[in-house]
Order: sequence, then structure tokens, then C-alpha cells
Amino acid sequence: MTNLTELTLTQARALLKKREISATELAQETLDQIAAHDGAIGAYLTVTGERALADAAAADKAIAAGDDRPMLGIPLGIKDVLSTTGIETTCGSKILEGYKPVYTATSVKKLEDAGMVMLGKLNMDEFAMGSSTENSAYKRTTNPWNTGRVPGGSSGGSAAAVAAGMALGTLGTDTGGSIRQPGAFCGVVGLKPSYGRVSRYGLVAFGSSLDVAGPLTKTVADAAAILQVIAGHDPLDATSMDVPVPDYSAALTGDIRGLRVGVPKEYFIDGMQPDVERSTREAIAQLKALGAEIVEISLPHTEYALPVYYIIAPAEASANLARYDGIRFGKRIDTGDMWGTYKATRGQGFGSEVKRRIMLGTYALSAGYYDAYYGKAQQVRTLLKRDFDEAFQQVDVIAAPTTPKTAFPFGANTSDPLQMYLEDVFTLPASMAGVPGMSVPCGFDQDGLPIGLQLIGPAFGEENVLRAGHAYEQATEWHRRVPVLG
Amino acid sequence: MELSREEVRKIAELAKLDLTEDEVDLYAGQLSHVLGYFRKLQEIDTSAIAPTASVLPLKNVFRDDVPQPALTPKQVTANAPQSLGDQFLVNDVFED
Repeated sequence: MTNLTELTLTQARALLKKREISATELAQETLDQIAAHDGAIGAYLTVTGERALADAAAADKAIAAGDDRPMLGIPLGIKDVLSTTGIETTCGSKILEGYKPVYTATSVKKLEDAGMVMLGKLNMDEFAMGSSTENSAYKRTTNPWNTGRVPGGSSGGSAAAVAAGMALGTLGTDTGGSIRQPGAFCGVVGLKPSYGRVSRYGLVAFGSSLDVAGPLTKTVADAAAILQVIAGHDPLDATSMDVPVPDYSAALTGDIRGLRVGVPKEYFIDGMQPDVERSTREAIAQLKALGAEIVEISLPHTEYALPVYYIIAPAEASANLARYDGIRFGKRIDTGDMWGTYKATRGQGFGSEVKRRIMLGTYALSAGYYDAYYGKAQQVRTLLKRDFDEAFQQVDVIAAPTTPKTAFPFGANTSDPLQMYLEDVFTLPASMAGVPGMSVPCGFDQDGLPIGLQLIGPAFGEENVLRAGHAYEQATEWHRRVPVLG
Repeated sequence: MELSREEVRKIAELAKLDLTEDEVDLYAGQLSHVLGYFRKLQEIDTSAIAPTASVLPLKNVFRDDVPQPALTPKQVTANAPQSLGDQFLVNDVFED
């Protein structure tokens, strides 16, 4: 074995089980990789080195005693929007600088209970609002494939860490594309589960009807393994669905003969990068070659997903972020009076994009504008969901590009918020409908930047997505390419 | 959709955000641009369409009222920027 950081999660698990490698050496090599490369990549906000080595030592002991928990000894990183007891959780915001939660998010707790080795917390756009991680109040995260490009966002740190071998897998969160888009930009697998499939307890709220945690990994099998652990009903989240969690590994057969794959014509638009269209169409041809039946479908309201999302998510955010009042946690700028303290704390504590979205959401909910904006958006959301309901009468899974373009240079979209929002056009519809979506590496553009194939399934139908993604991956080599780090 | 500086100040007041004069200018322009784009939704007739607040087929979710361990006051106030004993310290709410 040359370099343990090049292993997939599934490979590492097998080697740990056979005791050909130890959790301690795996953790140490991963920490060494972080020490060597995170200066240039900037994926981590907090590295919990001591904790990682303690977790690894405990895992080695447990493995020796015959323990077989699914994440035992596996080094993972966690997006800084998921609460971790005693470990600073900033959401990429200065307003939460120094905040150490006194409870742990259920998704993280489940990974801990399954034996994970905690590496630390990953950079993100402030409060998960952004598509490039440039909105982090702390640092820049670069794309491991080209450090002059953004890693995508908001889970940019989670995607970059996996691409750079600085974690075997990570948790991100997705509200409008924040797992899938950085997955595509960094050439890794990013899986947004169905809304309600994974508990939101301890996931610091942005858009409560949309937020969902999910894995970023090197392979589809690795994503399935993490989903298996984090999925399921949680009494602490009333919107987590009490439905059975299937055995996701059963979907990893490599056989997609007869699978009906829908290709929505609305996802191939003017202005998309030709390399992205070409790679996506080649991937669809590959699915066909594997025995899938390709069906042209229509999701007619796709173009309305962007305005719907940028009304509903900021509206929910404007309510959720009211909790940052300088009293119970985080920053406080005390002006000596109540209203002044609120306004100064929030005015100085939040960054530019967060304030912009709070303003947008407040406006959309305000008297006189509610019906025209928020009410209207909720009605069109019904139509977006209906598009998918009707499509899944005809097909088992939908295949489309994850993004219209590959990773853009730093600063390219920062002066024009609408241009930045347009980066999410292909990921927003699945978010609005609450259905699962996954980005799988499907090629590179002429500048060597990764391209992602998006696979979308019906609500609580992650198996179809994993089945198609795994079969595609087995037939191609894209996921084996790794970036050359400086 | 043109949002005036006055309207921006009003929204900021509702949202309890202190904005600098530069921010008021910036947001007036940017929000006008984004809200203009939102007008696209008016193309669709939704008069017969029910709104979706949540995609899940859930209504009220009930559980039995069983006492469970809770955070201690010390834990609850652990992150407070200002506290006194186990209590949050706040500014006066009522004026003299």
C-alpha cells in the first residue's frame, strides 16, 4: 500500500477488518495529508487531531475485539453547519465565532456511534448561503484540481477535502444544490438524500423545508455506506419520515438492464458549457450501453425553480436567522439598549450575502408583498413537485447535468448575485420537490476541470439513484482520477 | 421593480439589521435586480394551485409526553456572550 489517503472508504473498511492496516495509521496519514496540503486547499476550519487519534486508538481496540460497526476506524470530516459537542461550530460566520454546541447533530451522532474517526470541521459559505464557499467569513477554500478556481458551495470544504485525500468521506448539507454542485466542481460523488430521509436535528437551520445532510465521497458505494448509517427517523426531528430504510448495498449490483432513465430536455440549455453537455450526453449513452432504456421527458416548470427557490429559502432563512440576537450564543455588540444591540450585533455579525438574503426574505414575507412573492412561490413549488411526480410515472431515474458550467475562477460572480444564483439552476428543482439527487464524476472539460452527472430519483427512492450511479461508475474510469496537489 | 433606499431602510428595520449607507445603496440596486427577475413567476396562472409548504405527507406529528433528560441551565447558558450565574444577561426591555 503506497498511500492510505488514496483508498476509498469501502477499501479502507475491508483492510481494517482484515487488520492489514490500523485505524491509527490511517488517521495519522490523513492528518499528515491535511498538514501538508490544507494550507493551499483551505478545506478545514478546525482540525481535531487529538480527537482523531483517540478515536482511532479506540477503533483499533474495538476491531481487535471483533467489533464490526460500519464506520469503525474511518476518518471523516463534518461540514461546520452540523453541531458537534465541544467542537467549535461556526457555520462559516463571525456571528458564531467561538460557539461550542452542547449537543451533537443526529447525523453526526450516528456516525460517531458507528465508530467514525472525527477529523474536524469543514469550511462553507456563511450559513450555507452560496455556490463557491467565497462567502465564508474565515477563509478561502480552493479547488484541488486548480487552485485558481472555486470548489463550489456551500459545502466547498467537504468536497475539496475528499478530492484532496484529506478525508475518506465527509458530510455536507444541501438546501438548493450545496452537496451536488461542489461534488461536481471537485470531481467527487455528492449525494443529497430525500428531504426527511436524514434527521435535521443539530443541522443549523437555513431553509427548514429544504435542508438535508448527506455524504460526499470518492465512490457511489462509499456514499451508500454513509447514507446507510445516517438515514432514518429521529424523534428529535418531526420532519424526519418514519419509513423503513432499505439496505442500500443491495442496489450496488452494477446491473441496470431495463432501468428507465429519463432525460429532461429543459436541462440542456443555451449558454451551457459545450464540454458539460458533451460529457453528460456521453454518460447517458453509457447508461444506454449498459442496458438502460433512455426516455426523453419534460419537466416543464424547471425555469421557474430559481425564482421559487430564491423566494422560499431566503424567507425561511429570515425567520431562522432571527435567533442570532446576541443573547444566547455567539457575538454580541452591546449598545446599551435592546433594539440597538440586536441591530448592531446582526449588522456587524452577518456577512454581505447573509444580510442580502435576510433582506430578500423579509421583503417577500412583508405585508403587501406576501401574496405576490411568498404565496406565489409556494404555489409554483407545487407545480415543480408535480413535474417530478409525473416524470416518475414514466421513468425510474432522471439523468441530467449537475451544473451548466465547470468550476469558475474566484471573484467571477461576486459582484452580481443573480449570476451566482444561476449556477444552481439544475440542482434547485430536486430540492424544491424534496427528491434525492446525486452528482457522479462523468468527465473533464478542456481545462481539466471535473464535470458531474446528476441522477435524480423519486422521493425516498435513493436506491435507483445509487443503482444507476454505481453501474455507471463501474463502467467508467473518471472517479479514479485524482488531482495533483502542489 | 425598483426598490428605493427608503424601502431598503424599512426592510432592514424589520429584519433588525444595521446597514451602512454604502450597504443601503448596494442592496437597493441588487435587490431591485433580483426582484425584477422574480416577476417571471407572474407568467404562470396559479389561481387553481394549492401552495406547498412542505413536500412531506405529514400533518401534525404527535408523541407521548414522556419526561426526558434535558440540558442543564449551565449548559444552556454556556455560550451566552453575557450571563450572570445560570441566567442570560440582557438589556432593559421596558423603558422608564
